[in-house]
Amino acid sequence: MAKVPAETRTQVPESPWSPQAAEAAMVRVTPVDAVGLEERAASLGTRSIKRESKLYALDLAVRCADLTTLEGADTPGKVTAVCSKAVRPDPTDPTIPSVAAVCVYPALVPVAAERLRGTGVKVASVAGGFPSGLAPLQERLDEIHQAVRWGADEIDIVLNRSAFLSGRYHQAYEEVALSKEACGSAHLKVILEIGELGSYDQVRKASMLAMAAGADFIKTSTGKIASSATHPGALCMMEAARDFHRQTGRAIGVKVAGGIRKAKEAWIYLVILHETLGPDWLTPGLFRLGASTLLNDLLMQIRKERDGRYQGPDYFTVD
Amino acid sequence: MPKRKRDDLERRDATASSALAERTPFAYATAPESSEIVRIEDKYGLFIGGDFVEPKSGRWFDTINPATEEPLAEVAEAGPEDVDLAVTAARDAWDGTWSDLPGRERAKYLYRIARQLQERSREFAVLETIDGGKPIKESRDVDVPLAAAHFFYYAGWADKLDYAFPGRLPRPLGVAGQVIPWNFPLLMAAWKLAPALATGNTVVLKPAETTPLTALLLAEVIREADLPPGVVNIVTGAGETGANVVTHQAVDKVAFTGSTEVGKSIQRAVAGTGKHLTLELGGKAANIVFEDAALDQAVEGIVNGIYFNQGHVCCAGSRLLVQESVFEPLLERLKDRLATLRVGDPLDKNTDIGAINSKAQLSKIEELVESGVEEGAEIYQPACDLPDRGYWFRPTLFTGVAQSHRIAREEIFGPVLSVLTFRTPEEALEKANNTPYGLSAGVWTEKGSRILWMTSRLRAGVIWANTYNRFDPSSPFGGYKESGFGREGGLHGLEPYLEFEEDGRAG
Repeated sequence: MAKVPAETRTQVPESPWSPQAAEAAMVRVTPVDAVGLEERAASLGTRSIKRESKLYALDLAVRCADLTTLEGADTPGKVTAVCSKAVRPDPTDPTIPSVAAVCVYPALVPVAAERLRGTGVKVASVAGGFPSGLAPLQERLDEIHQAVRWGADEIDIVLNRSAFLSGRYHQAYEEVALSKEACGSAHLKVILEIGELGSYDQVRKASMLAMAAGADFIKTSTGKIASSATHPGALCMMEAARDFHRQTGRAIGVKVAGGIRKAKEAWIYLVILHETLGPDWLTPGLFRLGASTLLNDLLMQIRKERDGRYQGPDYFTVD
Repeated sequence: MPKRKRDDLERRDATASSALAERTPFAYATAPESSEIVRIEDKYGLFIGGDFVEPKSGRWFDTINPATEEPLAEVAEAGPEDVDLAVTAARDAWDGTWSDLPGRERAKYLYRIARQLQERSREFAVLETIDGGKPIKESRDVDVPLAAAHFFYYAGWADKLDYAFPGRLPRPLGVAGQVIPWNFPLLMAAWKLAPALATGNTVVLKPAETTPLTALLLAEVIREADLPPGVVNIVTGAGETGANVVTHQAVDKVAFTGSTEVGKSIQRAVAGTGKHLTLELGGKAANIVFEDAALDQAVEGIVNGIYFNQGHVCCAGSRLLVQESVFEPLLERLKDRLATLRVGDPLDKNTDIGAINSKAQLSKIEELVESGVEEGAEIYQPACDLPDRGYWFRPTLFTGVAQSHRIAREEIFGPVLSVLTFRTPEEALEKANNTPYGLSAGVWTEKGSRILWMTSRLRAGVIWANTYNRFDPSSPFGGYKESGFGREGGLHGLEPYLEFEEDGRAG
């Protein structure tokens, strides 16, 4: 098998039973049965929601949205526009709440921080060699530092799947722990990229590892590969978070991201969340939806629930 | 709109609120399936010789909606004379047409019935739910699709019988008398009718007295399918009618699904008569969870195993055997899950647990649950509102249950789970097999070799690994020991309706 680059080896001890690795191993990881999990997720998708609850769910989905722009072509102008949308998603309707956060690349954090100051909308930044997580560790940690210094309240890093999938759990754990340290007071979200993990057992294991290592949130996907958030994948992570809460008393948030475009999708995730983790998790503090195109569909559905009819797409701003 | 149906509709709004709904603004809608889709007649006669006829007995009985206690319709009670007419019609149809009809022709009728069932599936689902109390989610997603699948499956066998049993030439038996239970009224009718007709027998079917309506709607479908008159006859009534069917001297084959007690009396009654007999009776299945199991999915399987159809399931996983090392985490998960179950209006698409089928069944459940408390087991029931009218029972689980408790030995046939613990696979096996029943079992472990070790030693006709209560027409179903004999479903399900000659074509 190929050698791990010297740098990571010297920084991360190899012993499988270092105190930290032992700690991670103590967290019991329950196996997952794929057939049963998918069946349960599908059955939750058929729940019907009360009309008043639908409005509540749509409003909640807006409040939990991380409005995201992660393109190489992002400019200060684009980010400013996204921030405006985040603060006031529907300019014609002041009752629509602001979204939870705006998620950008580190270089654009200063722009977002400037625009969002005092609005209550958080600045989130991907960092740590997004989306692969394979930049040298020190660079990844520096990137996190820098993003926080520039004003990021939340940091989205990716789990080192290279370490995780080759069984170097301790390294993966250690890197999350160091990232958490680098975050300081900023919140840490760890992206598992479940589409690359290969099985629900792995999703569960990665969830436990990230939570044990200090993640405040675990997140499904980067949105940069074809396979992103799925109902059973999210359910699997939520079951892990439920277990972690039972075992440690710590409430960890869950973020689903990638490929969620329709309001109906969003509220199926809310149903799964509600049935799995309960009403305490129905808050932006513990649940996030990665959203770019989703937001306008949420707005459209809210207006439809209120007025009883649909508006054309041109009545909702595109930024 | 008839008054009782309007009452049904109005009542529905008042029910189906859950404890969950009050804790959070995130509530599920009352999402009632409309009962308008199905037309319920005021009166149903007996289906004999291809027509609905008035009973010679002159007696009628009410069938009620167990969720409201409102009567739905009057149904004829078949007396001895009526049963005799039905058997005679079946005998004539067998002699006259059906036994000579080529298999490919019989198949056409079965396909037609299957397609009609699919076409009218919503109607069947709603009627099943109104008459029996089971959640629409289940009648819509399980009962009706499986019933149609059963007809499709056996239609496929009808023209291949000569090749199904190498070295043996199959022949139909004649007239089959079939008595079915109230827990899956339409599905059990399909399990009985499809193989009997595919193999060239004619039938007198007796549905349960609390749930006759879907069988009678099926009679309508059968008539529309132009099945020759008398090939299927449906006589309604209670135990006495059933006894008249199975003991009638012109009945060649008896098939019964129901309680072990009645099964035994049928076996006594037909002893020495030369009638062929298959019985599918009670169960007290062990659902066995090992410490390495996928616990969250096991919880779903346990819930589906015992709370599916209010526990009115002969193969229900009514005894949960948990390895002691995971007892606490599993119980915590299970209790949390129970709190999310919605009990209430069966027509509501969000309902998980519907109404108990009858008052008599409710009393039986209450009596056994009381005995569990008296014998010292610890009872747990989640807080949930129950509707004022109708027959309801909260999902219940008992911990601290010993093998000697009645709730660990007797079939409760309700939403009541008895939890026992074990330390080793040997102990699990011993406890699982320590019952007079042997219909089904479940094994939850991530270790394949252990699944094989357990399944080859469990004395049960159906064993599920890492799932529970899964059915398929191609898979044989039936019991060991006092759970009965004979198999339904699959190739095995043809045999009870056939006798064999040596195949002269062979060698």
